[in-house]
Amino acid sequence: MSVDLCGVSLAGRVLNGSGTFDAIAARRAFGDALLERFPFDAFVSKTITFEPREGNPPPRLWEAPAGLINSIGLPNKGLEGFLAHDLPQLAELPVPLVVSVMAYSPGKLAELAGRVAERDEVALVELNVSCPNVESGLVMGAEPSETARAVEAVRAQCEKPVIVKLTPNATEPAAVAAAAEGSGADAVSLLNTLKGMALDPATRLPWLGGGSGGLSGPAVRAVALEQVAAVSSRVDIPVVGMGGIASGADAADFLAAGAQVVAVGTESFRDPAAGLRIRSELSPLKGQGTPETGEGAGPAASAAAKSSAWTT
Amino acid sequence: VSRTLAPPERRTVEVVGCERLGAYSLLWAIDRDGPSDPQPGQFYMLSAARGWGGGAAERPYLPRAFSFARALEEGDGIRLGFLLEVVGPGTERLAALEPDDGLAVVGPLGVGFRPAREGRRPLLVGGGIGTAPLLCLADELDHPSVLLGFRSAAHATAAALFPTEVQLATDDGSAGRPGLVTELLAAELDSGPHAEVFACGPPGMLEAVRALCAEREVPAQLAMESGMACGFGACFGCVVPTTDGYVRLCVDGPVLDAAGLETARAPGGGHQG
Repeated sequence: MSVDLCGVSLAGRVLNGSGTFDAIAARRAFGDALLERFPFDAFVSKTITFEPREGNPPPRLWEAPAGLINSIGLPNKGLEGFLAHDLPQLAELPVPLVVSVMAYSPGKLAELAGRVAERDEVALVELNVSCPNVESGLVMGAEPSETARAVEAVRAQCEKPVIVKLTPNATEPAAVAAAAEGSGADAVSLLNTLKGMALDPATRLPWLGGGSGGLSGPAVRAVALEQVAAVSSRVDIPVVGMGGIASGADAADFLAAGAQVVAVGTESFRDPAAGLRIRSELSPLKGQGTPETGEGAGPAASAAAKSSAWTT
Repeated sequence: VSRTLAPPERRTVEVVGCERLGAYSLLWAIDRDGPSDPQPGQFYMLSAARGWGGGAAERPYLPRAFSFARALEEGDGIRLGFLLEVVGPGTERLAALEPDDGLAVVGPLGVGFRPAREGRRPLLVGGGIGTAPLLCLADELDHPSVLLGFRSAAHATAAALFPTEVQLATDDGSAGRPGLVTELLAAELDSGPHAEVFACGPPGMLEAVRALCAEREVPAQLAMESGMACGFGACFGCVVPTTDGYVRLCVDGPVLDAAGLETARAPGGGHQG
């Protein structure tokens, strides 16, 4: 079975969320066995910026109930470092490459997306308009008009398909998705982390070096599912659904809610092969209310069709 | 580089027992599917195979990183020993595991200790639960000098695991000399030249070791700790500052050369047990 995502053929429906898997570091830990059993059907890079970034001061992590709050701050080598050192290694992966980019203005974002998209190794570009960890002033993905401005600028300079990564920290993510579609986005992905905070139990001061962070993991799954359903019913472009997916059944929920493909994030921290497991758990679930293509499916359940899951 | 590669997936190994050892526990498991030659200083991400995750009634969510304390050949696999101190929900669950329970592991991960530089005698310096990676290192060396510090005699029981004689200090003087292991280290460095220090312990101790070695121009390899979500470079959460900027302890460490550190008192060292 192959799946089409914006004209790119994938062997299955499971991607990684940006910033949740470093294929280069993982290859140092696991060797070429990682390539033989690569856990995803497309690989999404960590977000890159024009200039190198060191990231936020540690501590960067706090475990929440069924979740993780992170304040990483987009450490990366910058565009030139990425092109020189990372891209050749990512090109060796056995799956299509999606490169995530972020910049501080629509013009710079367009320029960065264009520089990345001109490389043959890159199949798709994902716009990070939603990272809540960086003090960037206005968040481009927080309002439809801001998102539209960014996507329009990128569209003019980027010939590869463009995915807009939506933030849940917006008043109405579906309206932002509609604005992205209207401005020429080829797909949307959601959700990014929800803003979160943890205090040091000893001092009651912020635990994370960055002050606050982003929550991920099963703790956000219900929020993600609702937003994927709302966005899917609002746009006709493909939706990449993610947020706390930890099993094939979770993935099937996101597909039933209208996602075309899903992404695994925090679950990969618990098991580097989580993507493979979720894909294998998902395949026998096809046909149990899971649409073959997610397009336009929307939330399928009606009151009459409810199962007895609550009582089990 | 002292790195044995790990299989690229979480696997379940069989718990054979969990011994009480004074204030610590020593968790033993048989690993039949991993490499037989993990390097001292490398670590494994551990979680109980059941009831640990993000599902209903599961706790905690993420695995915890542990240097292995022992790796012994056994049948068709290796017997791995992990030294634990119960300090939070994860260590509490691990210390309660019983024979035949499953232990989920990813590893071995990270970079272990490198051999001592030519002409240098290894000097092993451990503090508290940080004794763990020095134990498997001592197993591989010929009569290394071992200096250990603990809070009290109840913690110092871990010293009895070492194959060689150990110089011991405790905070309260209930075993060995009263005082800090770094006092033993200062005396040892002053009494004999050509040492290379291999150290693991709490951040304050590691920083004192780093400073002592820097003053005396003695090379040191420090096994450090930081809260980790994944252990294989994915989350970027476990960074510590070095003279080269932040490095991820899970893929560039946990053993770092002291020469590359301005401080070993890493602000990222906090964890949730």
